[in-house]
Amino acid sequence: MHADVSIVRPEVLRDPVQGADFGVVEKPLSAFERLYNRGFLRKSLILVALALLWEAYARWLDNSLLFPTFSSTVQALVLNVADGTLPERAWTSLQVLVVGYAVGILLAALLTMVAISSRLGTDFLETLTSMFNPLPAIALLPLSMVWFGLGNASLVFVLVHSVLWAVALNTHSGFLSVSATLRMVGRNYGLCGWRYVWLILIPAAFPSILTGLKIGWAFAWRTLIAAELVFGVSAGSGGLGWFVYENKNLLAISDVFAGLLTVILIGLFVENVLFSSIERRTVRRWGMQH
Amino acid sequence: MTLLTNERNVVEVDGVTLQYKTTRHVVTATYRVDFTVHRADRFVLLGPSGCGKSTLLKAVGGYLTPAEGEIRVRGHKVSRPGPDRMMVFQEFDQLLPWRTVKQNVMFPLVASGKLPPQEAEDKALHYISKVNLASFADSLPHMLSGGMKQRVAIARGMAMEPDVLLMDEPFAALDALTRRKMQDELLQLWDDTHFTVLFVTHSIAEAIKIGTRILLLSPHPGQVKAELNSLPRDASSNELEELEHRIHALLFSEESREQESVDAR
Repeated sequence: MHADVSIVRPEVLRDPVQGADFGVVEKPLSAFERLYNRGFLRKSLILVALALLWEAYARWLDNSLLFPTFSSTVQALVLNVADGTLPERAWTSLQVLVVGYAVGILLAALLTMVAISSRLGTDFLETLTSMFNPLPAIALLPLSMVWFGLGNASLVFVLVHSVLWAVALNTHSGFLSVSATLRMVGRNYGLCGWRYVWLILIPAAFPSILTGLKIGWAFAWRTLIAAELVFGVSAGSGGLGWFVYENKNLLAISDVFAGLLTVILIGLFVENVLFSSIERRTVRRWGMQH
Repeated sequence: MTLLTNERNVVEVDGVTLQYKTTRHVVTATYRVDFTVHRADRFVLLGPSGCGKSTLLKAVGGYLTPAEGEIRVRGHKVSRPGPDRMMVFQEFDQLLPWRTVKQNVMFPLVASGKLPPQEAEDKALHYISKVNLASFADSLPHMLSGGMKQRVAIARGMAMEPDVLLMDEPFAALDALTRRKMQDELLQLWDDTHFTVLFVTHSIAEAIKIGTRILLLSPHPGQVKAELNSLPRDASSNELEELEHRIHALLFSEESREQESVDAR
């Protein structure tokens, strides 16, 4: 029926050109594409757009007690930075934060070690996390003040509570998701105990651990500022939260905004500089996350 | 028993019954399997899926304890995984993603305390060049193709110079062209060092090509059906075909319904 079935096509044989003969084949990207490929620039663009929106809305509202303009906030920020108030307050907050964060991570590591070593340990971690993770850290503040008095110790206690569960939960679920092959490889090398955890489980679970550290950091930072607001000037000089609260009482709203902006800026710095450089050097480089 | 161990016996599997538990019941994977791997053997475990060949290999690796019988490596009873029995797995994710090719090959040498870092590096580079990956020594695993990853895993296993190299269908996830190339390379490596290897496959052709001795297992549960000698590499295609048919007949004599689970590549 089909006449073309019988057509025999000639065979084709060719000699491929040697790779060295035609050099590297690549198409240069346009300037726009190259700029657009930088995450830093894209994010800056979003920040600029938000700042413009803020400025426009505040000017239209025209009420500096309710919503100061972006420019006056920046002005207040510059003034407060120049006279040393804001850096000092931020430093006070960060010192407490680092202590609380470090202790929280240490306890989370211990708890996760217990959890992976036995089934009872796993149950222990799961029960504790489901009990305490939903409990807002700030709710423990009154208790903490009774136990540890009006000092940094009670702030640290609350911070530890906010960091511990998020980090422990993520680390543990990261350990559970390490592939069976990698586990077998590790045991094949004769590794056991803490060397197995340190050399195999932690790097293999690093994407989840990093997520836990990020969440823990965010919880800690917001808890700290909130605690300082409630709790005020316990530690002699007071932190950023106290700065915000103080200026609200003075009706210096653009200073309040400047304080909040500092909280945000520190948050952005930690997220986009510290954590993203860790991410770039570890999980992205290893091809475990894209 | 242990005292009688012959010098040339590397792996002795002695009446091994393997069972594993699912949530509902106990499954018997192999029933009273016996075989002995000699030094410099290329010993192949061959059978359709469900014959417990991978489970058997994992038991030799020390990941499972036999319900009955005993496994000995160089006369010592196997009780846990260890670097004297290096595994090469089927999965491509067996390399540590956070270490370069060189570091991956070095790591077991250093971690098991076999060599100091400097010597481990030299040895690693030697075996990496043996598997033709010298120019990729500093690449990370995610930059490599599947075949290259398997080569690194083989280099890693060989660099340890283990009593026996355990290979669990290492080429099964590769495309047909790469698989043939890897088989040839493995034989070349063997010509160099005459290592002992226990190799699991479900392909009759691969078993004949790779193996010097072939253990045929029947499924559900795995039992020894036969232990045959393979052919020399210069065997004629007639001989190859004949052995292939013989193995096929042995494996599927009574049950042809299992046929679809084996492909005779």
